[in-house]
Amino acid sequence: MTALLDVENLTLQFRTDEGLITAVDNVSFSLDKSEVMGLVGESGSGKSVTAKALMHLNARNAVYSPESKITLHTETGPVDVLSLKTPKELNIVRGGAVSMIFQEPMASFAPAISIGNQMVEQLQLHGDYTKEQAKRWSIEMLDRVGISDAGKRFNQYAFELSGGMRQRAMIAMALSTQPKLLIADEPTTALDVTIQAQVIDLMKDLVSEFQMGIVFITHDLGVVAQTADKVNVMYLGRMIETGPVRDVIRQPKHPYTQGLIAALPKLDDIDAPLTPVPGDIPSPLERPSGCVFHTRCRQVVGDVCKQVDPKDRDLDGSHRVACHIYTEEMA
Amino acid sequence: MSDILIRAKSLSVGFPIGSGLFSKQILKAVDDVSLDIEKGSVFGLVGESGSGKTTLGRALLKAVPITGGGAHYSDGEVEYDLENITKNQLKDYRKRAQLIFQDPYAALSPRMTVRDIIAEPLEVMGLTKTRQETDKRVREIAAKCRLNLEHLRRFPHAFSGGQRQRISIARALVSAPNFIVADESVAALDVSIQADVLNLLKQIQSDMGVTFMFISHDLSVVAHTCDHVAVMYLGRLVETAPTRKLFEAARHPYTRALFSAIPSLDPDDRGAVQKLTGEIPSPTNQPSGCKFHTRCPHAIDHCKQVEPQLEIDGAGHAVSCHRWKELMATQAA
Repeated sequence: MTALLDVENLTLQFRTDEGLITAVDNVSFSLDKSEVMGLVGESGSGKSVTAKALMHLNARNAVYSPESKITLHTETGPVDVLSLKTPKELNIVRGGAVSMIFQEPMASFAPAISIGNQMVEQLQLHGDYTKEQAKRWSIEMLDRVGISDAGKRFNQYAFELSGGMRQRAMIAMALSTQPKLLIADEPTTALDVTIQAQVIDLMKDLVSEFQMGIVFITHDLGVVAQTADKVNVMYLGRMIETGPVRDVIRQPKHPYTQGLIAALPKLDDIDAPLTPVPGDIPSPLERPSGCVFHTRCRQVVGDVCKQVDPKDRDLDGSHRVACHIYTEEMA
Repeated sequence: MSDILIRAKSLSVGFPIGSGLFSKQILKAVDDVSLDIEKGSVFGLVGESGSGKTTLGRALLKAVPITGGGAHYSDGEVEYDLENITKNQLKDYRKRAQLIFQDPYAALSPRMTVRDIIAEPLEVMGLTKTRQETDKRVREIAAKCRLNLEHLRRFPHAFSGGQRQRISIARALVSAPNFIVADESVAALDVSIQADVLNLLKQIQSDMGVTFMFISHDLSVVAHTCDHVAVMYLGRLVETAPTRKLFEAARHPYTRALFSAIPSLDPDDRGAVQKLTGEIPSPTNQPSGCKFHTRCPHAIDHCKQVEPQLEIDGAGHAVSCHRWKELMATQAA
């Protein structure tokens, strides 16, 4: 396996009128080529902000801590993402080696420019294409993601396509520059289950064909189980559990991960009661002390949860969890 | 058999499209739908976007014009034929039938306090006479939806998605309706919160005896919430059954495809499913015969020519497919 991405001690705060708000708190992970990593959490958990940091795409009021480091390994050597400044330098992580698929494809295409022109534009920006070549390659990509009549679709506008079509076109566009890393931010959430199944299949095919690494952001654990190799669970900016997908989904260790799985309606036992995670995610302005999850946790072990931020514990090589339950046992 | 609250008979809703003077086309959003909703039950309606489930829900609230067939509402006190309801009757029906929307961020006015939001239906409908009476009623309902007094003074922006949805539910409940249409009411929520709101809806149903129509595209949510489920495709009912029956033995190929498209929580259970190809056709250009034949893996020539009728068995399981018996037999073999 070759390393593709290393994120070390990523801490990100936003400067606002109410003071500094912590969005991502000391997150580290790495990703290999052809590897799919699921990033799971509720709204407000910091998963999208983490993903945007990979493209250095957060708003101007974002403050990265000095220890934060994101390294992208490209063919021409490692790139220190957070030190990129000029638009030209940033091109490498914005469409060049890294592409992003957004949740709402209608909002991510310009409504008054045809799909084709948008694809050609970005290809010419990032590569050495003539207009003719770019057009041919774009149509080939549209065809590749299963859009019928790609030549005709090339000249159409986003509003003329159905939701599933639009998301396919979005994927075709993101992949046409042949990125090394694809960030997919809730790419199937706005789609029907039938179309979602098609899009998931498509993404899996493309991973094996292009050998990309994918960071797959979703709140749907079923989708993660079906796509990812490993999973990171985030809560209020903290990475609370991480590990291979089978371990995390079958034997979740953190009470929050356990809660997420218990809250899912299951089809094989429709009489089982649904157990919500109690309470709501706290506002980032009122970040709890100690373990960030203690205000909603059913398994608080004592005052230590309220006072001490749990350290990341290695359970068996790759499965890591940040919870005092396991620190206590080990001690 | 308990009482029927709403009985739809060959209900159709069509919208005129195209502006040509002589070329008026009708888009049939709901096409010849018949169903019974039992008093005090939760009736689920599932289907992809474009299947007409929202329009059907609105037709039963008389929020869109009914263009064919009809629906009969009878709650023991009053009886209305929704297709030709009078203005005064409709005013009364609005108190008895309410709607909860999908997006709790868009459904609440940002400039009203939570108290005013919940009280508004009471004031508009003239259900309470004094402010004290209104306040009392608002507090009762708010408590049912687990909102405290402090919450009532605030504005919606101060609340999370789950709390907002509880406010929407309180607003729908305040006129003490008998019938509530919940249109994708948990689709915008995180799973942890979704379970909480579903439990609340169930509790309200059993405490207050409200009848729900629960519209969702998520079959696993429907399985946990509903007593009876109807599956729609392009404006038609393709299958309807008591929940347990449907989830044990779905008969229509479309229902089965919907089941198999749900991503399994088991990472090793990948790809062994029967995938549906293509997308739902445009309702302006509907296929002949069985409307599902363009995407059905089992379609034969007969399906392309003849539209199947809904066949119902003794247990209330109805399906409209020419080949379902055959397909069930081969599956069992």
